[in-house]
Amino acid sequence: MKRDYLMGKFGGLSQAWERLLRSREAWLVLLLAVLVIGTASANTRFLGSQNIKDLMLNVSLIALLAIGQSIPIIMRQIDLSVGSIVGITAFLSGLIFFDHPNTPNLLVFLVGTGVGVLLGAINAALIIWGRVPSLIATLGTLYIYRGADYAWVHGRQINAANVPASFLALGNIGFLGLPLLMWIVLLFLVLAAVVLRQLPMGRECYAIGSNPTAAVLAGINVHRRVCMGFLFSGGIAGLTGVLWLARFGTVDATAGLGIEFQVVTAAVVGGVAITGGSGTVGGAALGALLLGVFNSALVVLRVPPFWQQAFQGTMLLVAISVDAYLAHRLAIRLRIKRSHL
Amino acid sequence: MNSSTRLQLAQGGPSDAGKQGRRLARAVGWELILGILLLAAIVAGQILSPDFLTTANWTNLLANFVEIALLALPLTLIVITKEIDLSVASILGLSSSLLGFLWQARWPMPLVLPTCLAAGALAGLLNGFLIVQFRLPSLAVTIGTLTLFRGFSFVLLGDRAIADFPPEYSNLGFGTIGFLPIPFIFFLILAIVTAIVVHATPFGRTLFAIGGNQTAAQFSGVRTQRTKLILFAVSGIVSALAGIVFTFRFMSSRADNGTGFELSALAAVFLGGVSVVGGKGTVFGTFLSLLLIAVINNALTLVDVSNEILTIVTGSLLISSIVLPNLLSQVRERFRPRHSAETSAPVAQSVPQNPS
Repeated sequence: MKRDYLMGKFGGLSQAWERLLRSREAWLVLLLAVLVIGTASANTRFLGSQNIKDLMLNVSLIALLAIGQSIPIIMRQIDLSVGSIVGITAFLSGLIFFDHPNTPNLLVFLVGTGVGVLLGAINAALIIWGRVPSLIATLGTLYIYRGADYAWVHGRQINAANVPASFLALGNIGFLGLPLLMWIVLLFLVLAAVVLRQLPMGRECYAIGSNPTAAVLAGINVHRRVCMGFLFSGGIAGLTGVLWLARFGTVDATAGLGIEFQVVTAAVVGGVAITGGSGTVGGAALGALLLGVFNSALVVLRVPPFWQQAFQGTMLLVAISVDAYLAHRLAIRLRIKRSHL
Repeated sequence: MNSSTRLQLAQGGPSDAGKQGRRLARAVGWELILGILLLAAIVAGQILSPDFLTTANWTNLLANFVEIALLALPLTLIVITKEIDLSVASILGLSSSLLGFLWQARWPMPLVLPTCLAAGALAGLLNGFLIVQFRLPSLAVTIGTLTLFRGFSFVLLGDRAIADFPPEYSNLGFGTIGFLPIPFIFFLILAIVTAIVVHATPFGRTLFAIGGNQTAAQFSGVRTQRTKLILFAVSGIVSALAGIVFTFRFMSSRADNGTGFELSALAAVFLGGVSVVGGKGTVFGTFLSLLLIAVINNALTLVDVSNEILTIVTGSLLISSIVLPNLLSQVRERFRPRHSAETSAPVAQSVPQNPS
């Protein structure tokens, strides 16, 4: 009797332990800790307040985009057009300030996000009504949005002098020790995480990603969910464009150029499987953080910056290989369990 | 099978003729539309600018599209098997950087060029190995190697540019025979070989089998994994060749050579009618779509539309290449019930309108 009780207790403990071991987020945090401690012990400048602040600001933009990207990827879709949307809304926000310097900041945020949602709606319409696979649809709009951006901007540039100081301060002013920019990212992170984890809407996203046919048979409105995913991803990209201006101050037609693969890499390193159906937005944000910290560590350790991309690519390959290995082992274990029943 | 249908045709069964015709229309359909679009683009180009139909301009036009065209050839085969290779442009960059790096290290050129091709083959084999051995999704793997190979280029060259190549090799980049650029002749030969391999050999048939249903192909004795490994290795070699051509055409080796070309090549493949869900497509379709994109870009450049804005055209073509056939089939679906009642009547009249 007592033995069973103890077994149960330890079983529960080991179960919790195992869940922690299997959680991608825990491993990412561990890896981050090792990386930070290792780099800081080699060079204390790594933990200097200015370095940390720069790191956080750079990571936030990619992390925000990775959060937005996770939702389509979880549904076995992909949104390659985010970089081009960032380019459009970054310049648009700058232009609003250029023409009407007294525009309230909030209005610029609303307009930027709104334009992002609108561009996301075009993606969604192509994917759902045009029945274009999302890879092709967003590859096409990546070109079209960026081309439209170039045609519209026509070589102009917005400088920090044209942008009100109160807006630029978003990237500098701290609130409880963190820049405001980071709080915005955290807000969306929590929002997306709660929706994905707690609401039926979020659970349906995972169902669609694991098995689209089964999701349809289960009565899930797949079209509506996919549509919302691309509206969300577009809106987040629009918002990131506005924040891009706040962060950098100087903006031309090339803002966010080629950033899409970096964003997908961050999400996949964070455990959002490209085949859909698994992953969390928290993981995606941690993935972005890991890539950012890694790049920053390379700089501090005086590794030539040219190594950054090679490491980033290796990290993605290692991440998906480990995932595949774990999935393989899990499959074997499940098969053994089933055969013992 | 071909001879049996021909036999039935000879016997004059009207429904068989209809079936054959429909199959022909389905096979030729998209290529026909691309061909008409291409002709229209050429006519429009001539109207827009009197310089368009000159041999000098066509030399320029063909030379400009040759690297992306080279990348698109093996990519067509890979997409037919329902995989994807996004790392092609990075392999191009890697081969270009390696070329410059080794040349600066005073390697003799006859040794440098095979080394570049071998590096491309290795890069392709790495892609193939990860995809075949670990069963990883090719989209994720090649996004990773896209970054990795580009990273290798930067490790090799940093931000230097190497330009002191011997002039006798410039022919590889911009020499001409008649008005045809030499690299374009390379491409043409490769395209013909690829078309024969894909459409007239057992190996080619297995590509469609894998793309249509990989499990079924495996059970029919197709060595799917080996085939994929070969395809990715070939893609690496051809991408490296494109890198060599690119380097000699601009006489410059830089780590960022060809950045973003993977998307242009992919756009050409999809526009050429190769299906993203696998098992469908022709080399000729890709060839026509490449030419179409090149002609439109060239004609618009002649009337001073900037390169960046031209991407709008590429993007719109890419999307409409899928939306239009889908809309057509939706429209046809709507009229289907009336048709099904008269299936016994000769179907020949429905032959011409069968683009998908």
